[in-house]
Amino acid sequence: MPQPAIEIEGLSKEYPHGFLNLKKRKSLEDLTMQVEPGEVFGFLGPNGAGKSTTIKLLMRLIFPTSGAARILGKSIDDVSVHQQVGYLPEQPYFYDYLTAAEVLDYFARFHRLTAADRHARVQAVLKKVGLETAKKIQLRKYSKGMLQRVGLAQAILHDPEVVVLDEPMSGLDPLGRREVRDIILELKKQGRTVLFSTHILADAEMLCDRVGVIVGGKLRGVGTPGEMVGIQAQGMEILFEAGTTGKPCPMLEKATKTGERYRVQLPEAELYMCLDELKAAGARILSVTQIKPTLEEFFMNLVDADRAQANAVEVSGK
Amino acid sequence: MRNVWAVAANTFREAVRDRVLYNLVFFALLMIGAAVLVGQISIGIEQSVIVSLGLTAISVIGIFIAIFIGVGLVSKEMDKRTLYALLAKPLERWQFLAGKFVGLAMTLAVNTGAMTVGLYLALWSVKHPLTSNDWYLLAAVYLILLKLVLIVALAMLFSCFTSPFLAILFTAGIYVAGLFAGELRTMQAVDLSPSAMAVFRGVSYLLPNFENFNVMGVVAHARPVPLALVWQGTLYAAVYSLVVLVGAAMVFSRRNLK
Repeated sequence: MPQPAIEIEGLSKEYPHGFLNLKKRKSLEDLTMQVEPGEVFGFLGPNGAGKSTTIKLLMRLIFPTSGAARILGKSIDDVSVHQQVGYLPEQPYFYDYLTAAEVLDYFARFHRLTAADRHARVQAVLKKVGLETAKKIQLRKYSKGMLQRVGLAQAILHDPEVVVLDEPMSGLDPLGRREVRDIILELKKQGRTVLFSTHILADAEMLCDRVGVIVGGKLRGVGTPGEMVGIQAQGMEILFEAGTTGKPCPMLEKATKTGERYRVQLPEAELYMCLDELKAAGARILSVTQIKPTLEEFFMNLVDADRAQANAVEVSGK
Repeated sequence: MRNVWAVAANTFREAVRDRVLYNLVFFALLMIGAAVLVGQISIGIEQSVIVSLGLTAISVIGIFIAIFIGVGLVSKEMDKRTLYALLAKPLERWQFLAGKFVGLAMTLAVNTGAMTVGLYLALWSVKHPLTSNDWYLLAAVYLILLKLVLIVALAMLFSCFTSPFLAILFTAGIYVAGLFAGELRTMQAVDLSPSAMAVFRGVSYLLPNFENFNVMGVVAHARPVPLALVWQGTLYAAVYSLVVLVGAAMVFSRRNLK
C-alpha cells in the first residue's frame, strides 16, 4: 500500500484568549485524515470551520497544541519536506516593490535551482497563470485576482509533488476560476497530490476525488463529493409547461409557476404516476431532476446541529 | 547560507526601492550647509565642528533607520502576511531572521559609507589637504556602524514577541539606558542597600554599553583612536548581537503567525 501523501493524526489547535490568556478556544479538534498520492482532495467547510488552521499547521505557520502530521512520510517539522510542497496562502500578499518575475525568482532561490533553471521556470509558470504580459509590473499595481495568480505560480514553480491551496478560487473572475481549475486538473494528470480548501461545492464536485467536510473545528466526514452531500436525495423535481389540449391537470395546483413554466416537487415514489398525469394532460416536460441538498444546506444543517448542542450544554450548565 | 543570502539581498533591495537611502539627500544638504556656515563663523575649529556634526548626523540617522526599519523587518512581514508563502519554502525561520539582519546591516553599511564620503568632502572644503590623522575618522564611523548593527539586533528581538510600537519603545529605551550603562556600573549611591547596588550593577552589565562605540570626542580633535578599542568594540558588538539574535530566533521559531 503506498504511503499517504499527507497524514494527519489527532491534530488539535487551541488559541489562548481572555484575561491573561487563561481561556482556550479550540480552533481544530483531534483531526485525523489522510490524503492519498495523486489524489485531488477538497477540504470543505464554512468560514471559520478550521480549514485554514489545518493548512497553516501543515505549512508550520502555526504550531499544534497536540497531534502530528507528515507530508510524503516526513514530519512537517522537517523543513526539507518543503522542497516537494507548494503552498498558496489564502488571499496571498507578496512584496509589492517587486515585479511578478522578481518575486518568483526570489522564491525559486530557496529551491536550489540554477540561474538558467530559475529563469526558465519563472517564464513557464508566468505563462501558465496568464501573467506573461504583466511580469514586469510591480505587484503594488496588481489586482486581487492577479495576486492570486502570482500565488498560484509560486506554489507550482518548483514542480512539487504535493500542492496545498488555501481557497485558490478566491478573488478570481470566472475566467480565472476556470484557469485555476484547469491547472488543478493538469496537476492531477501529472500525478501530483492536491489538497485545496473551498466552500464552493461546484469546485469540489468538479475537481475532487474525495472531500473532507469540517465544521466547528471537527471533521464531519470524508468521502467522494456525492457521498458527502448527495447521499440522501430529498425527492424529485419536474419542470414543465402546461399542455394546450384543454384537459384538466391536477398537478397545476401543486406546482409553482415561474413565467410560462411550472415546477413541482414530489417524493421519488410518486414520480411515474405524476409523469403519467402530465402526459395525459398534454404537458411538455422540460426536465426531471433529483433534489439534493446544496453544500450550503449541508453546512447549515451541521452548523445548526453544533449550535443546538452548544445551547444544550449552556442550558444544562445553568 | 544561500537562503540567508537570498533573504538579505531581497531586504537590501526592499530598502533601496522603498527609498530608505533618500536620507542621504538630507545628510548632503546638512553637510553643505555646515561647510559653508562653519567656514564663516568658526575660526580654527572648523574641523572639530564639521566632524562632530557629521558623526552625530551619521549616528542619529542610522539609529532612526536601525530602530524603525529593524522593527519592521519582521513585524511588517507578519502584518502583511508576506511571510506565509516564504516560510512554506525550504527555509528555516532562523535563516529568515539572519537574512533580514544581514540585509539591513548591508543597507546601513552602504548608507553610512555614503555619508562618510559626504563628511570627508565637507571636511576637505574647510581644510585641505587632509592629513593622515583625518583617517581616524573612519574608525569612529566603523564603531558607529557596529552600534547600529547591535541596535538592529535588539529591534528584531523585540519585534519577534511584541507589537511594532512597543518594540520601538523597548529598543529606544534600551539604547538610551545603554548610553548610561558605564555610569550605572560606577554609581555610588549612599541611599541604596548593597543588594540593590548589586542588582544595579548586574543590570548595567546586561545592558549593551553603547559608550563603547563613542570616540567622537577623540576624532573631532584629530587624535588617534587606539586599535585595541576598535577590536574590543568589534568583539563586543559581535558577541552581543549574536546572543540577541539567538534569542530572537528562539522566540520566532515557535511564534504562531496570525
